[in-house]
Amino acid sequence: MTGMAVRRAGDAALLVETGDLATSHRLNAAIRDAGLPGIVDIVPGEGTVLVVADPAAADLDRLAARLPELPLPERAAALTPPVEIPTVYDGADLDAVAELAGLSREEVAARHAASTFTVAYLGFSPGFAYLTGLDPALHVPRMDSPRTAVPTGSVAIAGPYGAVYPSQSPGGWRLLGRTELTLWDVTRDPPSLLQPGTEVRFVVKEAR
Amino acid sequence: MIEVVRPGPLATVQDLGRPGHAHLGVPCSGAADARSLRLANRLVGNAEAMAAVEFTLGGGALRFHDAAWVAVAGAPVPLSAGGRARGMNAPFHVPAGTLVELGMPARGLRSYLAVRGGLDVPVTLGSRSTDLLSGLGPAPLAAGDRLPVSAPSGLADIEVDVAPVPDPPEVPVLRVRPGPRDDWFTSGALATLTARPYEVTPESNRVGVRLDGAALSRARDGELASEGMVTGALQVPPNGLPILFLTDHPTTGGYPVVAVVAAADLPLAAQLRPGQRIRFAVAG
Repeated sequence: MTGMAVRRAGDAALLVETGDLATSHRLNAAIRDAGLPGIVDIVPGEGTVLVVADPAAADLDRLAARLPELPLPERAAALTPPVEIPTVYDGADLDAVAELAGLSREEVAARHAASTFTVAYLGFSPGFAYLTGLDPALHVPRMDSPRTAVPTGSVAIAGPYGAVYPSQSPGGWRLLGRTELTLWDVTRDPPSLLQPGTEVRFVVKEAR
Repeated sequence: MIEVVRPGPLATVQDLGRPGHAHLGVPCSGAADARSLRLANRLVGNAEAMAAVEFTLGGGALRFHDAAWVAVAGAPVPLSAGGRARGMNAPFHVPAGTLVELGMPARGLRSYLAVRGGLDVPVTLGSRSTDLLSGLGPAPLAAGDRLPVSAPSGLADIEVDVAPVPDPPEVPVLRVRPGPRDDWFTSGALATLTARPYEVTPESNRVGVRLDGAALSRARDGELASEGMVTGALQVPPNGLPILFLTDHPTTGGYPVVAVVAAADLPLAAQLRPGQRIRFAVAG
């Protein structure tokens, strides 16, 4: 593999430029697979992978030379099983999104449930996965004024991303619906149902 | 068992955090000044990673219902046990029933009280630390809280009377390594960053130290694709004023990082208090 620039991020970390999300996921998988000594954290981003190391256990210069040479797996998504998220589409912002998108409520739900998403990366809060693959007709801006408390399990969109709130938190994303699936559980290993590269589909569930 | 009589402005349980979960959106957390936590633990013969109390601006009081060995390191506070003055960075024994009180530090921000055996609060994802960004770990300490202490078995002997530790400097100099996104800024940005002191603002917390001073100018518009963030990162939002990420920082971010504070200087960064001035220098 060539063409990946490696930048230093302080004394103890390297930021590898992968150029795109799919390559980030493949490199993420390759680094986890390689079992390199002294690696503390591997954090994929949209076009990068951050590698945090323990400088006492890893030579950062050697690591910087090594990372772009790692053989990459064909496809990273196969590493975790796809996840289906049963969703009741009765969210507080369904009407607002329908109006912004020029669609009916039903069409918004149908288009959201027809998209195949991929977990780009996690951030914002533990288990909060940024999902790419949202139907472009549903790309709407986040709310001008965030809510102080979005309930656990809220299915939401903002800009080009989808997400499910894994726990109650403040948030400015538009709420389409809700799921009862537990995305985040600190007693589970791994605690997050969604990992970078996981494929995700939403399945319409009728409210009872 | 230890009873929290007064937590002071903010007190939390901290160990060395939960590294290894950043890809799941879990901050490392742990003691903001890990060096002082390690020292406090060593002084009472603990493993360096054991859980202790992190006091913010001192002001706390703990009742020891069982006899214990205790040491306090970090921001130097007036310290007493059962009304008798005690020294920083030195282990001391407290009989059952003793009230240990911390005054306010004249310099520095965070003080660490370690007890031989370590605090035995529940473990979440491998750590007992309170993470104020994500809410993992125990809640910040409140009056009436009871903290169990692990039995001090198999620990090292207490051998040191006092560890010499310099006072935190009045205007600390934090060494930085440029990048990873210094190319998002004008060529003079690093010179601007290092030319004059910045002032620590009251919005600072365990997530980050917010700074007031010379704004850094961007060389390009547009948004950075979200990428992983490290502790010590100087992340620069659109107003141009850097935010220095401490241990509860978010795992990913979309603002460019102009430079990262040297790991050896993170303990100094964790001791910065509102109103204090600091300088940055490019590490040689």
